[in-house]
Amino acid sequence: MPSELVFYPLAALTLAAAIGAMALRNLVHCALSAAAAFTGLALIYLDLNAEFVGFAQVLVYVGAVAILIVFTVLLTRGADGPWRASAFSPGWVTGLAITGLLLACLVLPVLMSPSLKRLAPPSATAPVADIGRQLMTRYALPLETAGLLLTAALVGAVIIALDETRPVPPPADQSLPRRKPQLEESPR
Amino acid sequence: MAYTADQLFVILQHRLVAMAPAGARPLVAMLLIIAALMALFGTCFALTTILERKILGRMQNRYGPNRVGPCGLLQPMADGLKMLIKEDLVPFSADKVLHFLAPLALTVPIWLSFAVLPFGRNMNAIDLDAGILFFFAIGSASELAVFMAGWSSQNKYSLLGAMRAIAQMISYEVPLVLATVPVLMLAGSLSLTDIVQAQAGYAGGWLPRWNVLTPWGLAGFGLFLIAATAESNRSPFDLPEGESELIAGFLTEYSGFKYALFFLGEYLGLFAVTGLAVTLFLGGWQAPFKFLEWVPSWMWFAAKFGSLIFLFIWVRATLPRLRLDQLLNFAWKFLVPLALINLLVAALWHFSGVWQFTGALELRWLMGAVILAPSYVLLGRALVTRPEPPRHYSYAL
Repeated sequence: MPSELVFYPLAALTLAAAIGAMALRNLVHCALSAAAAFTGLALIYLDLNAEFVGFAQVLVYVGAVAILIVFTVLLTRGADGPWRASAFSPGWVTGLAITGLLLACLVLPVLMSPSLKRLAPPSATAPVADIGRQLMTRYALPLETAGLLLTAALVGAVIIALDETRPVPPPADQSLPRRKPQLEESPR
Repeated sequence: MAYTADQLFVILQHRLVAMAPAGARPLVAMLLIIAALMALFGTCFALTTILERKILGRMQNRYGPNRVGPCGLLQPMADGLKMLIKEDLVPFSADKVLHFLAPLALTVPIWLSFAVLPFGRNMNAIDLDAGILFFFAIGSASELAVFMAGWSSQNKYSLLGAMRAIAQMISYEVPLVLATVPVLMLAGSLSLTDIVQAQAGYAGGWLPRWNVLTPWGLAGFGLFLIAATAESNRSPFDLPEGESELIAGFLTEYSGFKYALFFLGEYLGLFAVTGLAVTLFLGGWQAPFKFLEWVPSWMWFAAKFGSLIFLFIWVRATLPRLRLDQLLNFAWKFLVPLALINLLVAALWHFSGVWQFTGALELRWLMGAVILAPSYVLLGRALVTRPEPPRHYSYAL
């Protein structure tokens, strides 16, 4: 099957979903659209014979990150209808400038790198076993660093979520008689 | 003869494909497998609904459905027909598009997950190099579908049910995957076919080398079954749709065939994860004894699959529903630590595999038991909630 036949519909789907993620009015729709864009990217990876990356993309981005975004949207009460008063704001100029700079930073090195002048390798396949071996030997340090970072984030999340039950400070003046704790307060 | 029986469906598929014109053969081969899988598990779904109701009825000392057809066996058809001709209600304030898409987004990925399961010798739709990763990746898409269903209904019960369901599915996915990891470590592959192959043969000439017959495999199998029950929202973990408090959770605003699709998705999810449990821990399609190897491999798979489904129905009839805090505590404070300890046991089992002296097997078992049993008891003790201090009500009198 010619790969253009698969690539162009997938690319169109991904782009449309990405545009929808930015342009839609309802925040939940935006989040779901972003999930669709992640799925499209995963399918493109699969089309490029990168099985492991494709599945990992679905597992991490569609399974976890999209859910995280959706929860965030619901918890911040942004989902109640349209939230933008007008489509244009003065912040746009700064935004455009930063976007342009970022794009230049990303595109220029790629265009100037010598790797583009090399011939494309014949469609490479990476067996999962090879990826695993490389991760355990050559890239063990980056892997463990990432693991440490994630563990730190997890512990931090648990600490934030802990019950805020501080011990009650003792009264400043010990000599004053303390009020007896009443069993029931008077009905109002 | 035994070979023909074993490869019956494979041979049948090859014959049928050979009848097609040469250009269309790859497509016909794919379509045949898809049609067979959908027909098989569609029938399985209908059979399981009637069996489940019958068995539940028997266990709860009442008759199950017994009016439609002989012994009520045609009940699934009546149910299907009823679902098809019922009015499809969509709430006025609902998000129409998402409300329509949610049942599809739930059901389609689950159908896909059957593609990697080996149902018999040479009987899997595609042998992916990263099969198990595919299975879990596809499964994680259903959380988003549940959210779509709950949110698009614009109903507080729906949203609450969806939130509970997502919290539960995310929490139990961790022990589910962690219980799988030792199997992958010991088999050294992510391909389900390789995992079944790794469980071939007999230790000492009679004991099958199934993963469930090792200390880490036994613990992992238990963990996997518990997490699988929770992942497929079945009792005792069915509180996302707790009828007594949430009407029907994220299903509240669904009727007609969309409701039936959700039910189909739920049962198919159960089938898929049961098939995975059989593959990972019960030796897949391998026979339990050498003298029984003439029985076709797909029959062994079906027998193990059916027994596990019966076990799930049995559990549903036996255990009461958990509370939400109990449910989440159970996942994070009991299942996850135990699964991590199980990783250690699996590593010890792997590295002690070189021991050759007599009594090595017993010693390895003892080692696993010494680590697992105390941690099971201690974690269980820690889970028991202490009696709360007497409550002090300030405003409610």
